[in-house]
Amino acid sequence: MPSFGKAPRQRPYSRQTVAKSSRLRDANVTQTVCPYCAVGCGQLAYTKAEQLIDIEGDERNPINEGTLCPKGANAFQLAVNPHRVTEVLYRAPYSDRWERKSMDWAIEQIAARVKRARDADFAACDTKGQRLNSVRRIGSLGGATIDNEENYLLKKLFGGGLGIVGVENQARI
Amino acid sequence: MTGSAHNDSQTDRTNWLERILAPFQRGTPPAPRTATGFYTDTTVCIGCKACEVACKQWNQLPSDGFEWTGKSYDNTGELSATSWRHVKFVEQLVDTELPQDTAIVEPLEAGTVPDLPGRWLMMSDVCKHCATAPCEQACPTGSLLQNEFENIYLQSDICNGCSYCIAACPFGVITRATFDGHAHKCTLCYDRQRDDLTPACAKACPTESIQFGPIDELRERARERVSELQSLGINDAYLYSDEASEKYSQLNSFYLLIDEPSAYGLPDNPVNPWLFMKGDYLRSGLTGFIAIAMLLIILWLGG
Amino acid sequence: MPGLGTSLGRGAATTYQQDLSNSDCILIMGSNMAEAHPVGFRWPLQAKQNCGKLIHVDPRFTRTSALCDVFIGIRAGTDIAFLGGLIHYVLENNLWFSEYVKHYTNAATIIDEQYADTEDLDGLFSGFDDGTNYDPGTRHWNYQEGDDHQPLRDPSLQHERCVFQILKRHFARYTPDTVAEICGCKPEQIIRVATLLAENSGRERTSALVYALGWTQHSTGVQIIRAAGILQLLLGNIGRPGGGIMAMRGHSTIQGSTDLATLYDLLPGYLPQPVACDEHETLDRYVEHAGQSTGFWSNFRKYIVSLLKAWYGETAQVDNDFCFDWLPRIDDNYSQMACFERMSRGELEGYFLFGQNPAGGGPNAELHRAGLRNLDWLVVVDWFEIESAVFWKDDPHGPPAEEIKTEVFLLPTAAAPEKSGSLTNTQRVIQWHDQALDPAGDSRSDAWIIYNLGKRLKELYADSDLLRDSPIQNLTWDYDFAQPPQLPDGSLSQVEGEPDLEKVLQEINGYYVREIDPVHRQARQLQGFAELTDDGNTACGCWIYSGVFPSPDRNRAKDRQRRRDSIEAEWGYAWPANRRILYNRASADPEGKPWSERKQLIWWDEEARSWTGYDVPDFELHKPPEYRAAADAQGMDAINGDHPFIMKPDGVGWLFAPTMLKDGPLPTHYEPIESPVANLLYPDQPINPLTQKFAGPLNPLAEEPTEAYPIVATTFRLTEHFLSGPMSRFNSWLNELQPEMFAELSHQLAAERQIKHGDWLVIETPRGAIEARAMVTHRLQPLKIQGRIIHSIGLPFHWSFAGEAVGDSANLLTALIGEPNVSIHESKAFVCQVRSGRRAGRTTQPTQPTAAWPTSQRVPNTPDAAQPEGRFDHDR
Repeated sequence: MPSFGKAPRQRPYSRQTVAKSSRLRDANVTQTVCPYCAVGCGQLAYTKAEQLIDIEGDERNPINEGTLCPKGANAFQLAVNPHRVTEVLYRAPYSDRWERKSMDWAIEQIAARVKRARDADFAACDTKGQRLNSVRRIGSLGGATIDNEENYLLKKLFGGGLGIVGVENQARI
Repeated sequence: MTGSAHNDSQTDRTNWLERILAPFQRGTPPAPRTATGFYTDTTVCIGCKACEVACKQWNQLPSDGFEWTGKSYDNTGELSATSWRHVKFVEQLVDTELPQDTAIVEPLEAGTVPDLPGRWLMMSDVCKHCATAPCEQACPTGSLLQNEFENIYLQSDICNGCSYCIAACPFGVITRATFDGHAHKCTLCYDRQRDDLTPACAKACPTESIQFGPIDELRERARERVSELQSLGINDAYLYSDEASEKYSQLNSFYLLIDEPSAYGLPDNPVNPWLFMKGDYLRSGLTGFIAIAMLLIILWLGG
Repeated sequence: MPGLGTSLGRGAATTYQQDLSNSDCILIMGSNMAEAHPVGFRWPLQAKQNCGKLIHVDPRFTRTSALCDVFIGIRAGTDIAFLGGLIHYVLENNLWFSEYVKHYTNAATIIDEQYADTEDLDGLFSGFDDGTNYDPGTRHWNYQEGDDHQPLRDPSLQHERCVFQILKRHFARYTPDTVAEICGCKPEQIIRVATLLAENSGRERTSALVYALGWTQHSTGVQIIRAAGILQLLLGNIGRPGGGIMAMRGHSTIQGSTDLATLYDLLPGYLPQPVACDEHETLDRYVEHAGQSTGFWSNFRKYIVSLLKAWYGETAQVDNDFCFDWLPRIDDNYSQMACFERMSRGELEGYFLFGQNPAGGGPNAELHRAGLRNLDWLVVVDWFEIESAVFWKDDPHGPPAEEIKTEVFLLPTAAAPEKSGSLTNTQRVIQWHDQALDPAGDSRSDAWIIYNLGKRLKELYADSDLLRDSPIQNLTWDYDFAQPPQLPDGSLSQVEGEPDLEKVLQEINGYYVREIDPVHRQARQLQGFAELTDDGNTACGCWIYSGVFPSPDRNRAKDRQRRRDSIEAEWGYAWPANRRILYNRASADPEGKPWSERKQLIWWDEEARSWTGYDVPDFELHKPPEYRAAADAQGMDAINGDHPFIMKPDGVGWLFAPTMLKDGPLPTHYEPIESPVANLLYPDQPINPLTQKFAGPLNPLAEEPTEAYPIVATTFRLTEHFLSGPMSRFNSWLNELQPEMFAELSHQLAAERQIKHGDWLVIETPRGAIEARAMVTHRLQPLKIQGRIIHSIGLPFHWSFAGEAVGDSANLLTALIGEPNVSIHESKAFVCQVRSGRRAGRTTQPTQPTAAWPTSQRVPNTPDAAQPEGRFDHDR
């Protein structure tokens, strides 16, 4: 065994090194699922004082067994991100800027527009007298990246409640 | 956010005297524990870079900026103070000949067309956690040390930014951060190991290309894997620096490769600069002595 | 859905990802699994460790190819030709699994005398009378029936009009030589793949197919999946461990969004949305025409009635047809592309986007942007200021803001750990995710937004006495939490008005409308869809999910028990009925014994008179293998004991599809709508004749091979980014890994066009021009096709103009072209021209970060020594 000069010494530790530990000590952990692709990797979200401090793979999940891809490993930066929008932004017609609004105001405004558009567009039947009961001038796109229950509510409200036919997402085959 | 957050929370840096003294206060190292390390099997690396992101996430490292390099799918370029994992991509493909339009007579003999047009090698690089580490040897403040897991750990709170470690490392692992002027590198998730957690990169790796564990077990597993690959006809498979050479110690983060080390950007024969330090000291001492002597002679002659 | 559903019965992956580790050979085609689904790819890699063979067939040598044993480069858009070549070779060389094929497929069934194949009609099937569609009345694709109204069969497979012989004739011209000429590979390579698959199929061994959007995004997408189904049925690989067809879906619950049907033509559970026609006028007629009299779909009426009960509650009664009239009827195509095409002409007024970004991700993105600019109002529910939210100010190709009328509401939504709910992954497993913390700032879950919008609308309509407002008035819409939900640290959520999604999942599962569960004092939950009735006594939001919530305190999507076996039946809940491998009756031979010990999964236990095994049997539990249906049997009684495909009316896998598909009973190679070459197999019929082309000034196409666009382009995904970027281009850790739009091209093409590696190049199609950095690589090769050299170019589709890392969008080049059955677009094969240089016009500008990242914010209640190592003072 050749020698490579000084053997590693037992160097003294700095105070921080002596006290080194992971930030997960005493954190709350929640089992969640990765929001990216459809592999369905389990994730663990760690929180302390209602602040997200880490997201990593769930070792118990039989699909990923704790592993993640770069996007899954990035899930923390989706939630904790300076670009994230956390207030309602509203752009008036022909305006060149956003205005900040409240969520309640937005729901009120949107509901009024949906009603107005639906009431103007609702068709009980087509020109041949065939039953339609449909609304064609409002539509919705989305579903594959939100929860199952949200998809169900969306289809139920827009399709079953309002008669909107153009309820779509990108799933096709 | 920084300032107020720091003031709000309990820190052990409450007064300035302590802040000045803290770097000089040392504690007792804990008892040694089972030596650990990384074994990186490049034959199952899919170049996904989960290790890079998992490392940045766990350690909350900033990005290194957005620069498209055109070097295959590698855009982070190298290991640095802010990139402690780095995935290399080596394209080894050549043009396949264009199909002939002659009719093919059946049945064909097997193996007339190669199954693969070449290789695309991928390898996740990281600090080698050398058994005898030149960076540790070079560090004047004792910031770099071999910790109780026999990993090379850089104590950033007592690093003075002298950069000797950067010059000493034959693998180009360490650089200095522009943020704080200190050197930083892979800690082998020392904080996680203290709590018996797997390092972030090894945990995230979806294909077990990066394996973490007791170093002896890893070496044994890796050798078995090499014989398995060789039995499958992959005769190029070998382990990089799992054993010491004449000029370098073994690595506690070692690799299974299927091409020359230089193909992966690793030194074919790493050298511990310490081995040549005696001669270097002698030469520089001698040079200084001769220079002074010459100067004196010139002065004497001139005078 | 119809791709797999037509052949096998259900529109979903037949197996689960971990089962790929049990495969002896895996053909990955139309999927770049290692890059798009890296964690899923760990299972094929385990198969490889167990000496299984991995094959990748793709236009580009990718990170997937790098890990496979065999790679074959083919021209984008020639998948049916390649698969046809495999089918041809398997048939001609008797490599098919004869016992499986004879018993478990419709190979023996005899087809109508008047049926004519593409072989007879130069690329068309019989029934293409009006030159636009196949007429169901005259196409004669159906089975010949005997006097007892049962399909005629010839078990010897010799009858010249039996499916097997038709199949042989249909694929007769897909010889290795011809296919190689179409695909640009070598004949030996087709034989190599066919041989590997055949050697690794049969009693003792199984092979699996893996596909993704590389197969679906074509004008022949559904038929490509059909070809895969035919191949796997011939090789006897469906319903068996290590076999099957693994569809790798692209989004976290794309399977769930199809199941629960945010699609215009479906209701939850794959019930068709009623159409404006006489056949769907009343509930009875709808059930008669949309259901089946034999097989599992004979329960159709139970499912639709229970759905109507779930939606309209007490109002839905027998005497009002359970309010069936209220369901809107479709009178046209309302798919995404059709809607945006109308929108671009100003025909839509308002629109909602829930986590979708058509301005960057829609095919022909410029048309999608034109659509958004023509709306009166738009609601975007998202986390970031994505392209579809800022198109009015930041689109470098768009007009100035003062010319855009659209009113835009950007509603901030909760991040994944800020809400609870369930997601259905690519293998049909429903997994619940728990809430870790309250949403940041004013952001709210999508559920909150939908629920509260619904509540507000119900208030607005409360006083109406118009008939048309009855559905919204009577819609059941009560999902309030009994108590505010608790966060992991024990504190209560501070969000008001959040719906309880477990209540929603309970409704999806279904319940007895008139029975109270005495323990929980609420309606008794259904144990599974077997309990559904058609008399109005059960309500069920989506019958295939029934069983997921069998009791108010038992959410099986939340099952998190490991068994440490392959099936892992107690982790999540797989629809239907927690089956992990569909059609698993086929894992046993016709007598009910496993085909081999090595591949056993489900078998008939003679003593217990029951099916048993490792998975939940996908068969009537006590129906013995020797059961034979009476000629007049109805429902499940009509399915024999050796017929594993219980969703099909005849209980067998469909090599030949007599119904369900618009564009033919068998897959046929057609060129992409935009192709540089003619159709070598059927010169008179270059393209799928039923393709929707959305002709218009905003969607010009290069329909004929032309020198102006001689290069084949295909779009692809990178590991480091997601879709058009909303979930990756605002993320510095991902952006640094792949910061810029680039295009992959071969050294030969680069030399021909004097494009240098790393320089800019411009790619043009009839829709527009984009610029990208040139990635000149040997991973792309020119192909020799029909005596010509054809170049290809690969375009990642992740970039657009909003975010930290921006670039031109590949979707400015793609076209609005719709597959006839499901209206999926054709983005994986089109033509383009390339040149060195940059395009004219404004360049994109990155969104400036509002704060340094990562912040140096301390982790609360944590000492210095446990703060993140790298969180040194970045902002100094």
